[in-house]
Amino acid sequence: MRVALFITCYNDTLFPQTGIATVRLLERLGHTVEFPENQTCCGQMHSNTGYGDEAIPLIRRFVKAFRDAEVVVSPSSSCVSNIRTAYLRSLVDTGDEALKRDVADLVPRVFELSQFLVEKLGVEDVGAYYPRRVTYHPTCNSLRALKVGEAPLKLLRAVRGLDLIELPDAQECCGFGGTFAVKNEDTSVAMLSDKMRTVLGTRAEICTALDSSCLMHIGGGLHRLRSGVRTVHLAEILASTEGDFIHGERR
Amino acid sequence: MASAAERHTFPELAKRAVADTQLRRNIGNATQTIRAKRAAVVAEVPDWEDLREAGRSLKEHTLRSLDRYLVQLEEAVTKAGGQVHWARDGAEASRIVIEIAERHSVKEVIKVKSITTEEIKLNEALEAAGIRPFETDLAELIIQLGDDVSSHILVPAIHRNRAEIRELFMRKLGLTELSDRPSDLTAAARTYLREKFLTVPMAVSGANFGICDTGTICVVESEGNGRMCLTLPQVLVSVMGVEKLVPTWEDMEVFLQLLPRSSTGERMNPYNSFWTGVMPGDGPQEFHLVLLDNRRTDVLADRTGRQTLNCIRCSACLNICPVYSRTGGHAYHSEYQGPIGAILTPQLHGMESAASLPYASSLCGACYEVCPVKINIPEVLVHLRTRAVAQSGFTLEKLAMGAAIRMFDNPRLLETAQKIARVAQRPFASDGYITGGIGPVRQWTKARDLPAVPSQSFRDWWRTRR
Ligand code: SF4
Repeated sequence: MRVALFITCYNDTLFPQTGIATVRLLERLGHTVEFPENQTCCGQMHSNTGYGDEAIPLIRRFVKAFRDAEVVVSPSSSCVSNIRTAYLRSLVDTGDEALKRDVADLVPRVFELSQFLVEKLGVEDVGAYYPRRVTYHPTCNSLRALKVGEAPLKLLRAVRGLDLIELPDAQECCGFGGTFAVKNEDTSVAMLSDKMRTVLGTRAEICTALDSSCLMHIGGGLHRLRSGVRTVHLAEILASTEGDFIHGERR
Repeated sequence: MASAAERHTFPELAKRAVADTQLRRNIGNATQTIRAKRAAVVAEVPDWEDLREAGRSLKEHTLRSLDRYLVQLEEAVTKAGGQVHWARDGAEASRIVIEIAERHSVKEVIKVKSITTEEIKLNEALEAAGIRPFETDLAELIIQLGDDVSSHILVPAIHRNRAEIRELFMRKLGLTELSDRPSDLTAAARTYLREKFLTVPMAVSGANFGICDTGTICVVESEGNGRMCLTLPQVLVSVMGVEKLVPTWEDMEVFLQLLPRSSTGERMNPYNSFWTGVMPGDGPQEFHLVLLDNRRTDVLADRTGRQTLNCIRCSACLNICPVYSRTGGHAYHSEYQGPIGAILTPQLHGMESAASLPYASSLCGACYEVCPVKINIPEVLVHLRTRAVAQSGFTLEKLAMGAAIRMFDNPRLLETAQKIARVAQRPFASDGYITGGIGPVRQWTKARDLPAVPSQSFRDWWRTRR
C-alpha cells in the first residue's frame, strides 16, 4: 500500500526517532512510505486552546498535502483525533463548502498507526524483537476519542522478548493536556505524580504509548527524578528487530 | 447575576488545593469510592448506552420546544392549585421568595438541598430581608453551620472529615458530648432539625424535574429531610431552572434509572418525592413554582453550549475527573464545580468572571464518557475557550499563537525555527534535556525535564535517505 506519513510537528522537531521507526516499520511490512514535504502541524494546540479560527489555514494545508494519499498514517493519536473531530467542527461557520467536502473525503483515510496496523491491515505480529520489561499507558485520545481498544496491546503481546506489565489505573490521564500542562502546572504535576507512582510500581523499564506528547510529559517527570525508567513510543518498539540489539543498544 | 472580573483564578486556587495533604486524601478517597460504586451499578444495566441516548434525546427534544413546554407546565401546575412565577434572574427570583415569606409574616424558612438557590444567592437575600434560612440536608447544614462553601454539587461537605464535623456540631449546636461516629453525628443533626421541621411554616426547595403533562415537581434525595420540608410546612416554594423540564410522566422512567446510578451509585434513590399543585388537607396548602431563567435562554441560543442544559446534576463528571479529584471543588470558586462547573459557571455568571475555568481541564474526556445525558463536555470546554480568547484583549499568548500559525503555515519557517531553537536552548540544555527556561518552558521545567531539540529533525533525516 502507498502510505503517506503525517509525522506531526513535534515528532518532526523533538522525536525524529519516532518518525524514523514508523518509516522502517511500514517499509518492513512491504508498504511504500511517502512524506509530503509541505505538511507541518495539524493545528491541535491552537484549536484546543481556543484559537480554532486561527488554525483554519493549517486545515487547508493538511488537506492540500494529503488530498491525493491512498491512506494517511500518523504515530500520534491526539493529532489524528484532532483531524477527525475538530476539523469539520472548526469549518462549520466558514461557508467554505469545497474545503468541507475535501475534509469529509480525507478524514476516513487518516489513521493512527496501531489502528492502521491492527484494524485496517489485520496485522498483529509485525516481527519485532524487544527484550525489555514494558508497561503501556493508554493516552486519553487513543482510549476515548479514537477508541483504539486492544490494538496496541495486541501488537505488544506479539513482540518477541517483550515482557508486558499491566499498568494500574491505566485509564487515568497523565496530566499533559497540551497547554494545560503549563497553564495549570500544579494540577498537571499532581496528576503526573500519581501516574509516575503507578508506572514505577510496575517495575517496568519502559513506559510506552501512542503519543510522544504524553510520553514527553511522563518521561520528563521520570527523567527529572532520575527514576531509571524511560518512555518510548510504540512505533520504536515495533520497529526494533534482533539486529538492532545485537549491533548496539537502541536509544 | 452581576459579573465581575475573575478575582480568584483556577490555577491560583488549585495551587493551594493540591498542596493540602489532608484535602488530597479526603477528596481522593471519596471520589475513588463513589467511582467504583457507580461503575458497579452501571455495569448491571445491559441497555445503559441506550438509556443515555434516551436521556440525551429527551432533553434535546424538550429544550428545542422549551417555550411550548413551559406554558404547558404552567397550565398544569395552575390547574392543580399551584401558583407559577417567572424570574428573569436571581434577584427577581429571590424577590419573589421574599415577598411570599413576607405575605405570611414568616421569619424562618427550612430549605431542601438546592444548588439553584445557591446559584442565585437566595440565602444571602433572605438574611438581608430578616428571614433566617435553615439548611436541612446534612451536608448543607455542615456547610451552613461552619460558614463554609460547598465543594461538590452532590456532597457539599466532601472536603470535611468526621473529626471536623464533630467539632463543628459541638461548637454550633451547643453539645458537651459527641462522638465522631456517623450515626451519632446524624442523630445530633436530627435532634436539631426535627424542631425546625415541626415549627417552621415555610419551605424552599429546588427541583430535579418538572413534569409538563401532569404539572408534577420531583425532588430526589437520600436522607428524608427533604421529604419533611416538602410535606410538613404550610407553604412550599420551589425554585426551578427552566431547563429542568421533562415532557411526560413516562419519561421519568429514563431519568430515575440514569440519575441514582450516576450520582450516588445506588439503584434507586431512597426518597423520590413528587407533588402536583396542592392537595386539600394533605401537605402544604400553598405551592409556588418559581421558573428561573438567569441566562439559561442565552445558553440555549448557543449551538454548542446548549447541551450544557441537559445536565441532571448527578455529579458523575466530578467524581471521575482527574482534575477535580486532585483539586477538590473550592478551586472552581463556584456553586458548580468539576467539569460541569467549568462549562456552566462561565455561561451562567459571565465569561469575564470565570475565564480560567474552561482551561481547568486536560480534555481527557472521562466526563463525557460517564455523563448520563451525553454532554460532550470537552467540546463545550474548547468552545468556551474560543469565547474566552475572543473576549480577552491583547495578550502575549495571542501574539505567540499568531506567530506560531505563521510558522506552521510555512515549512521553511518551521525549519528556521527548529534551527533557532537548537541554538537558543543551549544555556538550558544538558545531556539532551532542557531543565529550565522562560515563559511556558519555565512552567514546564519546574517539575519536569524537556527533551532538547535534536540536531537532526525528521525532515532532515528523510532528505538524507533520498
Ligand atoms: S454534566 Fe453530566 S455527568 Fe456532570 S453532573 Fe451533569 S449530568 Fe452529571
